[in-house]
Amino acid sequence: MEDNGKLPPPMRRSGHAPLSARGEPYVWLLGGALAAGVVMIVSFLALVTYNGVKAFWPRPVYTITMMDDSVTAGELVRSETFMPVASQGKPPAGPSIRSLYRLGNYDLTNEDFRWVSDMDIKTIAAPEDILLVERLEWGPFIGKLVSVDNGDSRLAPDPLTHDKLAHLVTQAQQRRHKIRKLQKVQVGYVNRQLEEARLSLRKVALDHGKDSQEYLAAAKETSITTDRLEGEYAKLAEEANRLDLLDAAQTITFASVSGMEKTIRQSEVVRLYKPNALGFFGKVGVYISRWWEFLVAEPREANTEGGVMPAIFGTFVMTVMMALLVAPFGVVAALYLREYARQSWLVSLVRVSVNNMAGVPSIVYGIFGLGFFAYGMGGWIDQWLYAERLPSPTFGSGGVLWASLTLALLTAPVVIVATEEALSAVPQSAREGSLACGASKWQTIRYIVLPRALPGIMTGLILAMARGAGEVAPLMLVGVVKLAPELPVDMIFPYIHLERSFMCLGFHIYDVGFQSRNAEAGKPMVFMTTLLLMSVVAALNAGAIIVRNRLKKRYVAGHF
Amino acid sequence: MNDNALNHLHVEPTIHHEMKGDEGSLVTMKGFSLWYGASQALFDVEMELEKGLVTALIGPSGCGKSTLLRSYNRMNDLIDGLRVEGSIIFDGQEIFHPDVDVIGLRKRMGMVFQKPNPFPMSIAENVAYPLKVDGVRDRKLIADTVERALKSSALWDEVKDRLNQSALGLSGGQQQRLCIARAIAADPDVLLMDEPCSALDPVATAKIEELIDELSGRYTIVIVTHNMQQAARVSHNTAFMYLGRLVEYGETSAMFTVPRADRTKEYVTGRFG
Repeated sequence: MEDNGKLPPPMRRSGHAPLSARGEPYVWLLGGALAAGVVMIVSFLALVTYNGVKAFWPRPVYTITMMDDSVTAGELVRSETFMPVASQGKPPAGPSIRSLYRLGNYDLTNEDFRWVSDMDIKTIAAPEDILLVERLEWGPFIGKLVSVDNGDSRLAPDPLTHDKLAHLVTQAQQRRHKIRKLQKVQVGYVNRQLEEARLSLRKVALDHGKDSQEYLAAAKETSITTDRLEGEYAKLAEEANRLDLLDAAQTITFASVSGMEKTIRQSEVVRLYKPNALGFFGKVGVYISRWWEFLVAEPREANTEGGVMPAIFGTFVMTVMMALLVAPFGVVAALYLREYARQSWLVSLVRVSVNNMAGVPSIVYGIFGLGFFAYGMGGWIDQWLYAERLPSPTFGSGGVLWASLTLALLTAPVVIVATEEALSAVPQSAREGSLACGASKWQTIRYIVLPRALPGIMTGLILAMARGAGEVAPLMLVGVVKLAPELPVDMIFPYIHLERSFMCLGFHIYDVGFQSRNAEAGKPMVFMTTLLLMSVVAALNAGAIIVRNRLKKRYVAGHF
Repeated sequence: MNDNALNHLHVEPTIHHEMKGDEGSLVTMKGFSLWYGASQALFDVEMELEKGLVTALIGPSGCGKSTLLRSYNRMNDLIDGLRVEGSIIFDGQEIFHPDVDVIGLRKRMGMVFQKPNPFPMSIAENVAYPLKVDGVRDRKLIADTVERALKSSALWDEVKDRLNQSALGLSGGQQQRLCIARAIAADPDVLLMDEPCSALDPVATAKIEELIDELSGRYTIVIVTHNMQQAARVSHNTAFMYLGRLVEYGETSAMFTVPRADRTKEYVTGRFG
């Protein structure tokens, strides 16, 4: 370098770091990914909530006169634009609008829904006097009132106000409930006693043989009981028959807009209203009544109508039982692993296996539950305790107990991992403080470690409950059914029937959405049930957060 | 390994000064060595704790003070791979004997830790914890013990109106005195204090030191400290440790005025440590 007495200009580091060094692109990338995830979740929730909330809102009913002069009426479900195909040499005239109408009257026309293109409509009207009748069978009926037959008196439609009709329907529903109660509760009770008499006789036969003295004595006694019960049965059946005949005489006749008449019993009407004449409050009334039915009634029409109460109840019983089973197992296992076991390769192996259990497909647990719990343990219980009922299984098939056990197994890793983490987060100083006071290891765990780990344990348990409540696949194998005739808990001794199959919300969604006769008819139910299940899970998670924060405040916070 | 090599170069027997007291020793440690797995933490320690007096353990970080302290109530047992040689005789009994009831031993050797560690319970429950683990149900006895222990730890006047509030709401100094009260409530013979003032401000430290002074006589106290002034102020006897060895041990005034070992001289005059 030439030395002319001047210093070279000082090297300056640029004040600007390159973009890659500052990391902005990565921050944007990460933030974008998070935003995309949040948007997906929020829009999914919004879709389900929107569709679920509006499903029960009464919609207007239109009478449509088609180009070929045929008349139909239907509830407008939705409209969309479409591109008509070219027909009869005419080129398509650009996009057009078509609408989906729920026609009802399936028993008359064999058609539930129909897409109607705007091009085919001659006139469309929304008459005020049209009725929408929700029935026990065949879905809704849309049409007009023709007459009401009360057995002794016949009323024409004119003098009948809507209120009178509503009153008649309420009375008819009470009649229906009475008959149903007679058939299900009283007749069912006698039937059960008959069955018990038969079974106890069979038990004597199995224990002592058919030629023994005991058997002959029991047979004599049983035949007396049976005669008595059959007498009662005949009486009740007669009474039920009488009421049924009375009920059958009270009918109501409707006519569709195309003039086809249909007569049904008054007691078959679930709800009836004039959709086009309803004001806002009338609509709110129908909406609330439908919600109420949804939450407290039993399903009908192959689950696509009515309520989901048995599914809510089944899910609740199953989840609570699962929590009761998994909590002690999971906590005890984690306590042993973390506090007592010597940390060796064997313990590490167990820990890794527990973590891997969380990744096993849930259907595998279902198969295991069916094979081991239901067929294995259940079959064994049947042979020992319910031999007289064989070959029909009692515990030897799917039931709420086996479903809960299977779910407990499925969610045990969640509880174990959460508990272990909570235990290891308890500071060593707290344990040492307790031990230095002369507490034994168990006392230290009991008084110091467990209370402090409780928020974490509870969080894990409630997450496990949320997971269990939303599970479907394994449950289909171990006890969940499309329609359970009886709840797992009722007023008949021993009150909790662990062997009974049950319904649950997750399976209900699958069943209504994909296994029913008409997917379109089940759609509102699918959205509603999904909304309900999501609310249950959200409520459980919210509960977890509240419990955790409360306990945290009590045990952990308050440092200076 | 490096430590070990270094230690072999410095093997000198412990220098013992005159001791302060005349009541005899309560705990006697003989030829005590301790290993964590393969590494040795204490080498052949010989020392006695005099009854009713305060013994300070001083020395640079990592010299084995805390390990030595935790050997008295066997808190080191919690560590995997622990091995000891030699003996600690407490009240005529070898504490590492397999028949010794460790829980009973810890009840007679109260311990106070470096960082205050009150339990997440009320103040009264904290102090009553030793009684709770003993299964005492007598409410009167519990209330009396709580009051006595809190008075002994000079905390009673500050907390008597809020005994049922969370102990976590107390200040750091109060929490540490609460921990001392908790240790006293078990009615121990020995109080082991592991740097009890290192997390506290000067005012709180002064209170704890005052308290140690009041408690001496009733309890035999061992205090680990980094603070030489503190050792000089509160203790009767002082032990200087270096790299796992007890270098010099004796009456505090002698240790600070006429230390005999070079290391001790350098440490107490602040030239290293």
